[in-house]
Order: sequence, then C-alpha cells, then structure tokens
Amino acid sequence: MNYLETQKLTKYFGDTHAVDKVDFQIGEGEAVSLIGSNGAGKTSLVNLISGLLKPDSGRIVFHGADVTNQSVQDRIKAGIARSFQIVNLFDELTVADNVALSIFAREGKTRWFFTLADHYGAIWAEANDILLQFGLDLKAQYLAGGISQGERKLLDVAVAYALKPRLLFLDEPTSGVSTREKAPIMDVISSIVRSNRITAVVIEHDMDIIFKYSDRIVVMHQGVILASGTPEEIRSNESVKDAVFGPTHA
Amino acid sequence: MSAIALRPAAMRSPLWIAVWAVPIAAVLAVLPWVMDSYRTIQLAYGLIFAIAGLGFNLLLGYTGLLSFGHSAYFGVGAYTVAFMVKYLHVQSMELFVLGTIAAALLVTAVFGYVCVRYTRIFFSILTLALSQVLWSLAFKFFWVTGGTDGLRVPTPKLLGVVTGESEDKIHFLSHGYYYYVLAVFIVAVAVMWLVVHSPFGKALQAIRDNETRARFVGIRIRRYRFLAFLLSGVFTAIAGALWVPLNGLVTPDALVWTFSGEIVFMSVLGGFRNFTGPIVGAVVYNYLKDFAVGFTVYWQTLMGVVLVVLVMTLPTGIVGTAKLLAATARRRFAR
Repeated sequence: MNYLETQKLTKYFGDTHAVDKVDFQIGEGEAVSLIGSNGAGKTSLVNLISGLLKPDSGRIVFHGADVTNQSVQDRIKAGIARSFQIVNLFDELTVADNVALSIFAREGKTRWFFTLADHYGAIWAEANDILLQFGLDLKAQYLAGGISQGERKLLDVAVAYALKPRLLFLDEPTSGVSTREKAPIMDVISSIVRSNRITAVVIEHDMDIIFKYSDRIVVMHQGVILASGTPEEIRSNESVKDAVFGPTHA
Repeated sequence: MSAIALRPAAMRSPLWIAVWAVPIAAVLAVLPWVMDSYRTIQLAYGLIFAIAGLGFNLLLGYTGLLSFGHSAYFGVGAYTVAFMVKYLHVQSMELFVLGTIAAALLVTAVFGYVCVRYTRIFFSILTLALSQVLWSLAFKFFWVTGGTDGLRVPTPKLLGVVTGESEDKIHFLSHGYYYYVLAVFIVAVAVMWLVVHSPFGKALQAIRDNETRARFVGIRIRRYRFLAFLLSGVFTAIAGALWVPLNGLVTPDALVWTFSGEIVFMSVLGGFRNFTGPIVGAVVYNYLKDFAVGFTVYWQTLMGVVLVVLVMTLPTGIVGTAKLLAATARRRFAR
C-alpha cells in the first residue's frame, strides 16, 4: 500500500493548470525528489498535500485515511510536516524558541496560560537535542532573524522535524545558499531523515543533490507527472532531458 | 550581522524579576507619603492606564494586531460599574471588578468573533468601527446611560469596608484607593507577565512573527487571536472599572475613538516591543498630558508634536531606547 497517494488531484489558477489530475504515490521510508522547471507544479502539489491550498478536485490519501478536507493542524497530527522554499521562521524568537514552539504545539501545550514556558525542562532538552543534531546548538539563544541563510534553512527543517513527522516535505532546502554550503546542509538533513525513517519528498533544482540523495525522482512538467523512476532511469529518460534538463545536459 | 543574543532564561527567572520588581513596588507604596495628593492621584490614573496598556499590548506587541478600538473595553468596564451602581445599587469594588470581567468577556467575545477574522488595517478599522457603535449607543440611549451628562458613581466600598464617608475624598483617593489600584496593578502585571512568558504567549509571538509558519506547526491562528482578544479586552475593562471612582462620573467620552488613540500613544511612547513599555508609557503619558494641559490651551497640538518627535527619534519607545543604551554601555564596559 502506498504511504501517500493523490488521486486525480487538480488545482487550477484561472487558465493555469498548476496541478492537473495528478496521481502521485510514495512508499513508506522513501526519499523522493520532485523536479521540474519553474511553474511545473511542484510547490503547488506540496501546498495541496500539506493543506496550504485546497484542491479543486481529487483526493489525498495518507496512511490509508482520506485527508483531502482535513485542516493543516489535523494533517500535522496525522504526521505531515513541511519546510518552505522561502524560509518561514519566527524571526523575533530565538533559535531555541522556534524549535521548542513546534514541540509545545505537538504536545498540545500552547494553550497553557499560567505556566512559564521555561519550566518545561523536557521540552527545552528535546529542543536542544534537535538543535545539536542540526548543528545549531551554538546559536540556540540567537534571534532566528539574525543567523545566516544556511543556518536559517537548517532551522526551517528543524522546526518541521520537531513535529515528529512521518512524512516530511522539503521545499528547496538549499535554495539561496552558496554552492559550498549545499552539500553539508543536505548531508545533515539526509542523515536525520534516514536515521529516523521519515518518508521525505524534496523539491530541488540542483541536479547533483537530487541524484545523490534520492531513492526515486518524480518529474513534473506543466502540472502533470512526466516521469517517475530511479535516478539512473530519469537520467537516461529522453523526454525528461528535453523538458527539464535541456539538450545540453550531460 | 544583526544577530542579537537574547536574555538567558536565568534573567527571566522569578528571582531575577523579584530583584527588579520588589524595589519598584516598594517605591510605589511609599510615594503617597512623600508626594502631594494631586500627584498621587495622577499616579493612580497612570497605573490604571498601565493596566489598559498591558491589555492593549498583548494584542499589538505580542500578537501583531493593532486595535484602534480599545476605548470600547475601557468604556465597558466604566459603564458596568455605573450600571451596577444605578440599577443594582452595588457599592463593592470587588463586585464591580467581577461584573466588569463578566461584561467584558461578553462584549469582547462578540467583537473578537468578528475582528480576529481579519488582520492589519482591516482589523484596526473593524475595532475602531465597533468601538464607535458602543459610543453612539452610550450617546443616544441617554435614558439608560445618562447621555453626555453621564452617570455619577459614589465612592465604593473597598474589601467590604465603607470608606470615604468619614474621611476626606481626596485623602481616600490618594491613599486607600491608591493602594487598591496598586494592588490590582501588581496582580495584573504578574498575570500578564505569566501569560506572555507561557507557551500560549510564545504561540502568540509566533503568530505575530509568521502566521503561515505558525499554522504549519499546528497552531490554530484564529482561536489564539480570539483568546488574546478576550484577555486584552478584560484587562482594559478592569482598568475602566478602576478609573470610575477616581473620575466619579462616566460619560460617553470613555468610549470615544480618540481615547483608543491615547492607549496606542501610551504603548508607542513606552515601547510596544517590551513588556514594561506600555506601563512606563502610560505613567509618563499621564504626567505629560497633565503638564501639556496646564501649559497651553493647544495641548493636543503639543502632544501631537511629542508623538511625531517620538516616532522619529525613539521608534522603540522609552523602554526600548533605554534597553538599547544599556546594551551599548554593557558592550563598551566588556571591552
């Protein structure tokens, strides 16, 4: 059984078919990359599955349950989390606060008025542990708005990871960082995702990263899935070469 | 790089807070014995507005919602007291406060249900419009509210004790009532401090910083905004109730939109990005206004100039600027 599957999932923006009757499947524990040129519908597909957008038609089935009409919060409870293409953080909170807030929300403690947040020792310990895994522990007391772009990208993923997801969407986790920083960032993310057996879907433009870290690659073009296969299969797929890589790609 | 290390948790510990708060509370307790009655009453007004400022700032500073209608909740508190006196013949200040909390919950629940669906200018305009609805009701239903003549409120009983009858009213207001206000102020500060440093307070700050991300960590945005709105309204209404015995009269002026502007002014003056900003802002504003009124008949113009200068020169307010200067001084000494 597929861990996640979409059935004829559709989203139009006026005349633009952002996602056009897409049947997308992913197995448990897979690391899938979603690629395609700008406007192919990758982010729209992730937005639909994560609940940021409502589909015009179609179904989303996660772990055997129909989540199509569930709220974002219910999808998070079911185990779906995401990071964002443009980093979305709580810039005026500390790095530690950003991660701890995910844990507070996960544990249903954000409704509590009359207990100091500082008094939840176990939550702060878990937050520090997560920051350690992401190599951000030394920045724990810095404001999230004041750390480097690479660190912000990592923190963005750490905030999603703190929700203990079973399915994690990573929307361009290395966009906007230097080429030198990309591999170390992906090494950290990949190691955490694989060691925790989290099913992951990565949207990425950097082909070296995609081929290195993916079990399977799904190619989107103009709102539909053009191809799906192992990195080697995709590399040798002629229609993908023409539509995505272009004629000059080796 | 603009990286700024925040205060370590130790600096937010109750012991550390006590190091600051106890001496300040002690000074506030001694002041009625060293200041004249007029200044003490002015300080009582300042403390009352500080409670309103704390409530207002839960929305602006911590949730990112600018309300231009907080006079509505202040007025609800004031009119609740006046109605309880007129129609229920209640004299107890404690019952006034309890009645005010109930009335404020009712009104803020209705207003909040409408307002928290929107943000930014739409939220601000809605709060302003709704406050004006209450003002017009108070203005037009004069057979209930007394219209522009208002409703007179006699000296209340504090803690079940009839006061003010055997003593001079000014002495009562500048001593007995001042201490009552001070006690409520201390409780209000403690409660609000707890709220903004609780997981709930963190969630509000997260919503303020990034609504989309807050949704995607599982926070139900509208629900949290609604709760913040309720708390904010209740604090402001309690301030309104405490204000009545000092003023002795409740008129529609307590509900008018310009008073909402004054609450905004107080928070900007003190610094809305700091917990203590609205407190300092409210007390300073009250003295500033008192000075301006005595200085010139064009006192509104003077206050306007002050606001413009303030925004241009101290955008983080008095407390924000003081903290910035202290941080700079600390860095220089550390070298």
